[in-house]
Amino acid sequence: VTLAEVVLSVMFVGLIAYGLFGGADFGAGIWDLLAGGTRRGARQRDLIERSIAPIWEANHVWLIFVLVVLWTAFSGAFAAVVSTLYVPLTLAAFGMIARGAAFAFRKSIATLGMRRFLGACFALSSLATPYFLGAVVGGVASGRVPAGIAAGDVVTSWVNPTSVLGGVLAVLVCAYLAAVFLCADARREGAEDLADQFRLRALGTAAVTGGAGIAGLFVLRADAPLLFDGLTGRAVPVVALSVVAGLVALGLLATRRYAAARAASALAVTAILVGWALGQYPYVLLPEVTIEEAARGRATLVAMLVALVGGALLLVPALAYLYVLFQRSPATGAGQPAGQTAGR
Amino acid sequence: VDPWDVVAGAAENLYPARMQMALSLGWHIVFSCFGIAFPLVTLFTEWLGHRRGDAVLTGLAHTWAKAMGILFAAGAVSGTLLSFEMGILWPGLMDRFGEVFGFPFVLEGFAFFIEAIFVGVYLFGWNRLSPRAHMLSAVPMLVSGMAGALFVVAANAWMNNPTGFSLDAEGRVVDARPWAAMFGPSTWPQVVHMLLAAYMVTGFLVASVYAVGMLRGRHDRRHRMGLLIPLTLAAVMTPVQIGVGDWIANTVADNQPAKLAAMEAQYETTTGASLSLGGVYVDDQLRYAVEIPYGLSLLIHHDPNGEVLGLEEFPADERPPVNVVHLAYNAMVGLGTALLLLAAVFGWTWWRHRRIPSTPWFLRAVAVSGAAAVLAMEAGWVTTEVGRQPWIVYGLQRTADAVSPAPGLYLGFYAVVVIYLLLTALTVFVLRRLAASSDTAAPQEAAAAPPDRSAGEVAVR
Repeated sequence: VTLAEVVLSVMFVGLIAYGLFGGADFGAGIWDLLAGGTRRGARQRDLIERSIAPIWEANHVWLIFVLVVLWTAFSGAFAAVVSTLYVPLTLAAFGMIARGAAFAFRKSIATLGMRRFLGACFALSSLATPYFLGAVVGGVASGRVPAGIAAGDVVTSWVNPTSVLGGVLAVLVCAYLAAVFLCADARREGAEDLADQFRLRALGTAAVTGGAGIAGLFVLRADAPLLFDGLTGRAVPVVALSVVAGLVALGLLATRRYAAARAASALAVTAILVGWALGQYPYVLLPEVTIEEAARGRATLVAMLVALVGGALLLVPALAYLYVLFQRSPATGAGQPAGQTAGR
Repeated sequence: VDPWDVVAGAAENLYPARMQMALSLGWHIVFSCFGIAFPLVTLFTEWLGHRRGDAVLTGLAHTWAKAMGILFAAGAVSGTLLSFEMGILWPGLMDRFGEVFGFPFVLEGFAFFIEAIFVGVYLFGWNRLSPRAHMLSAVPMLVSGMAGALFVVAANAWMNNPTGFSLDAEGRVVDARPWAAMFGPSTWPQVVHMLLAAYMVTGFLVASVYAVGMLRGRHDRRHRMGLLIPLTLAAVMTPVQIGVGDWIANTVADNQPAKLAAMEAQYETTTGASLSLGGVYVDDQLRYAVEIPYGLSLLIHHDPNGEVLGLEEFPADERPPVNVVHLAYNAMVGLGTALLLLAAVFGWTWWRHRRIPSTPWFLRAVAVSGAAAVLAMEAGWVTTEVGRQPWIVYGLQRTADAVSPAPGLYLGFYAVVVIYLLLTALTVFVLRRLAASSDTAAPQEAAAAPPDRSAGEVAVR
């Protein structure tokens, strides 16, 4: 294992974290969109809101982390990807702004019309943003990003079969993860009926995702043969693991063991992402730029590793503290602490 | 072929890309100031409130904590956009130099992450944690906010004074040393200047909110303390900032003489150079300016006969746009001086009478001081960023060679204008609501119950 591979792997851990935590956030927004009318969907929206409110920013910092590691350690490949795929990336960034701002501010706003508008912004951008990010992955994975600045086609690099597959799968996976996560959150609040609603959604989404995944293999065989070869060759054990973990998760959901279903689902999604990485190994940009060619100077990579390890030592306890604090505390009446001294 | 040549398409992208970047940074930096300095103001107020058992102070701190959450959210989303824009707009910069100066952004990623976590903990933990534990939870937020400023400004300082690498014959980076690159000659003066600016912006801006309230007749303790605490911080920082300004001007004179010449609109290399205020620079000559004899030489060399390099020393295509840089620089210094005056009046009255100056004119001055501090900071950034042109990496890479040549890129600029207008309106709206009703929830807190359909408009919970 080379130094460059280690750095890239650490970046990929960040990407997986983004896929799981950020993905569940996006998915929660998608369920917010599909929760129904203002009154009928109110309880579901409340649950969604409470589940993601305290950590909504932290989850999305993973992406920034992925970007900065790439631009420092793999500067050339990074420049090639972002300049060719600038359209979906810009749209994803806009989506993140709309989502973040709408989610952050809607609770501070009391007028119904404004709340609805911001709620719609939040929900729609939760749907659009993972699609664009998935389309970016599709563009890279199908070898449509050549080396060089803006060297690829700025339209067909993300409007193509593999990108559509990537976008659709991203949306489905986000929705699935969120539904599973929300089952456990609903149970913790003692709302078994809500948990059942999200359980059905998780099962339904899993079926659709599985179908899309199988159809996707045919798309990849036709449109991204190199990735297809990798997935059906080197990456077979990981792909198999993903399928098994997914099936186990379904069984756990069916028997209402939500905490275990969470873990199994996270494993299934992690395996999909690792499968993609193995599928295009050793290339960063298919079919010409390898990891070693893309990696920059040794001093930079070493500094990066030192920073990543040191940073993780600070970050992991902080994150753990955050999650423990929120999971432990009763969710009822959050935000309205008793005995508030903030008189006016 | 020179691999760093301008690619077709880059020419039409340069101006909108620069404007988009300027708008995004100029917007984000205001919120960054609050990310850096507001935790300290809030924590201090909370601490004082607990110490004195003063519910007005803890209440004030709680409102500020919520405002901090709102401002942090706005800063977070605009910062996310910036991290995309660095690559999308300037792939040439990232491609060639990312390995040298990208590193502090990795550290900033961690700092921001930790700050985001503890902003959440701090808001969520209000009245849930013991006062001691709650105040301790603010410390990582405080430290990571300042560390984040160090890392980001270090990257900017590198663009002004690129160090920590070597170039081969074709101009490719070899032997990048990211730690060395982080601490070039401009880093510390720029970082300290920015930290002080953040304290000034936050202090004056928060104080100005309460000054407006007092002008409207609300003279209760909450308003007086809301004005006193942040204004004291800002007033203490202002004279220090003037001193740091001298330090940074000398750094610029040593390392970026073209920028300094543009700041002073100085065409000819002169000994005993006078300091020019205002004026218009036309045909290599500054007209209608107020001249202070020997001022510039004194300022730069602390010697009335020191030699100051003029723009004539540099080829015409390596000179920054003089008028923008000169006037922005003058605006920064002028506003800074006015704020110093305000700080002096406040300090004097406090020293002699232990009270806030009670004249309406003082309150009016405080009411506009927030806007003045923001303008001064923006003018300072215009000075340093436009003053570095035409280079993106001083002396090594032109901005025109770093911009993306991708077709249609300029459309992003219009979209960003619209987005920032909306975001500004929304942020102001929410902050005003918080001011009107202090139980408005911050983004990191769980929500109020959504208004019922039948209720129509619900004013407050």
